[in-house]
Amino acid sequence: MSADGPVPGASTAAQRAGFPPDLGPAPPLRGDLPAPAPLSGWGRFPVLRGHLRVPEGEAEAAAILRAQGAGLAPRGLGRAYGDAALPPAAGPALALSTLRLNRFVAVDEAAPRIVAEAGVTLADMETALLPRGLFPPVVPGTRFVTLGGMIAADVHGKNHHAPGGGSLSAHLDWVEVMGGDGAVRRLAPGDPGFAATCGGMGLTGLILRASLRLRRVETGWLRQEVIPAPGLAAAMAAIEDAAGWTHTSAWIDCLASGDALGRALVYRAEDAGLAELGPAEAVDRWALKPAAKRLGPPPDLIPGFALNALTVRAFNALYWRSGLRAAERGAALTPWSACFHPLDAVLGWNRIYGRRGFVQFQCVLPPETAAAGLREMLETVSAARQGSFLAVLKALGEGAADASSLSFPRRGWTLALDFPATPRALRLVARLRALTAAHGGRLYLAKDATLGRAEHDALDPRAAAFRAAPARDPAFLTELARRLGL
Amino acid sequence: MNSVPPASPETRPALILGARSDMGRAVAHLLAAQGRSILLAGRDPAALERDAADIAARHRVEARALAWDAADLAGHAAWLDALPETPGVVLSAVGLLGDQEETQDDPARIARIVTANFTGPAVMLEAAAARLAALPGPTAVIGIGSVAGDRGRARNYWYGAAKAGFATMLSGLRQRYAATDLLVMTVKPGFVATAMTAGMDLPAPLTLTAEAQAKLIVDALGKRRPKVMHWKWRALMAVIRNLPEAVFVKTKF
Repeated sequence: MSADGPVPGASTAAQRAGFPPDLGPAPPLRGDLPAPAPLSGWGRFPVLRGHLRVPEGEAEAAAILRAQGAGLAPRGLGRAYGDAALPPAAGPALALSTLRLNRFVAVDEAAPRIVAEAGVTLADMETALLPRGLFPPVVPGTRFVTLGGMIAADVHGKNHHAPGGGSLSAHLDWVEVMGGDGAVRRLAPGDPGFAATCGGMGLTGLILRASLRLRRVETGWLRQEVIPAPGLAAAMAAIEDAAGWTHTSAWIDCLASGDALGRALVYRAEDAGLAELGPAEAVDRWALKPAAKRLGPPPDLIPGFALNALTVRAFNALYWRSGLRAAERGAALTPWSACFHPLDAVLGWNRIYGRRGFVQFQCVLPPETAAAGLREMLETVSAARQGSFLAVLKALGEGAADASSLSFPRRGWTLALDFPATPRALRLVARLRALTAAHGGRLYLAKDATLGRAEHDALDPRAAAFRAAPARDPAFLTELARRLGL
Repeated sequence: MNSVPPASPETRPALILGARSDMGRAVAHLLAAQGRSILLAGRDPAALERDAADIAARHRVEARALAWDAADLAGHAAWLDALPETPGVVLSAVGLLGDQEETQDDPARIARIVTANFTGPAVMLEAAAARLAALPGPTAVIGIGSVAGDRGRARNYWYGAAKAGFATMLSGLRQRYAATDLLVMTVKPGFVATAMTAGMDLPAPLTLTAEAQAKLIVDALGKRRPKVMHWKWRALMAVIRNLPEAVFVKTKF
């Protein structure tokens, strides 16, 4: 692997054989470690061998850090798509999991706020908080993420553009971080290190605990409307039109071309009040009852070719038509889980790309260049006839101002697409990255698996400031950090 | 926090002995989700405070951490009587696997294994049974044994023997209280992915999560079932129990 990251598509065969094949001399490990196991992010690309330590509590985490000292990769539920939670194969190849640092500390219903350990999952928070009329202020597209991971990626949700939205870091009272020396620091907004930690991809220390302000809801339902937009300009206009709505996002048909290029279903939603619920919803005020039996994970046998331009085109046509019908029906009451986390309905949906894995591309373009840039990107995708199962367009509000923050969101338009990890698709992603650079955009590191250092430095000048920030704790190193020299 | 009147046994607290175990903790969460207040007992109450806070914050019930040592056989009855309220459910998740090779030639270690897996929890559940059976309405004592108690294996026979003793004691206790509203439940988990088995190479199809095992226990409690064993393990252990000795001694598992 070169310092600029993997050659697109070059390593899938090697990965199946347990990439990388040669780990070199035995790493300097202390204590009893389970055998190195294949580790990957949600995209199952790349796959690296590493040891996973799962400390039960702060003291054990500190002991591991003091004994190991360097090269540790913090890891939560592994939902970053690429290698953000993977230890580099060279070195101790040690991932430090927060999954047993997973206790609620307190819920203050009056404030309202929650204090919880980093390994607590968003799903756990949502189900525990809803019956109290509380909800996390910002939720990403999946609920199977940890609080620590959400902070490290400074996640955003459908309400980023709205008042009371923004990214997760806007709602934190403080975050506690354990350094490589085992010492714990509590960082509040304004403290040195806070901005670098939020969006810092776990490189400022092991996130242990945080205090998160919550928002109040009357029910677990949302009143959602679907606006079909026949092309990109209409889609952007419909999203701008919905700026007064709290939750907006759009599904894009990335294979449509010609006049239909960028046709989209724009979703806009508001929290539903108790009085808005019909009898069917009122019996399940917090929408916590499973509506239908959730689909189990698809078998790990789906051949790589199952998801191709033809099947995606067919799916998109069906989805577009179902969207038109939904639009005719008007506003519909939708459970929070379906509105915020639609893809969670299929557990393990990452398997639909087959064993080769997939990569996600997510950029944000500034408002000035977005219309032209998005058009070029969609033309490129459509012309490549490379279907993306997931294609999401959304307007973002103001982002983090601090120069040492690597937080992704900024004012503009974000487009997310995913592609199988094939050589052809990875070449397409490289072209999309180049278009991002040409239009002054930036990329979401939690989704990335293929950027190189020089390319990233050119895209995001904040990388240099982050590298030099005192908060960057050298004890922590992930494959992403190695690849980008962060 | 909800403080509930101690009127009905359904609302009396659940006492989890050996609450640091993953299985005990998972049961505590499921019972708390049903609205029961929770008492977590173990040798290290400071560590249990973290779980008590977690349970209280998640489920909006009262949860407390208590110091209790399974080895203090003479103190168990008095310890129970000192509780502000007699629990409606007492579950023992106490267990010590130990290292067979270090154990087999060391009588002190053997005694520790027998105390942790048999005499400690058995004496405690004996005392608990007497008190819970005297309460009006349905109550339960639950002991977590192990399939290792069903047939001694070279790999862990001191652990297995102690668990076998515990299961036999629970069987007798069940018969003794058969005419009362006290349920005496014997749980025999197979492989469970917990801190106790961390680092072991367990066969995935036969390994339950602590949460799945806990759900079996709490479902059985709702249905007042006296025995809990995952169906796969019932089938497997039926075979293992019935292997002729001449065959069994030659096997390697």
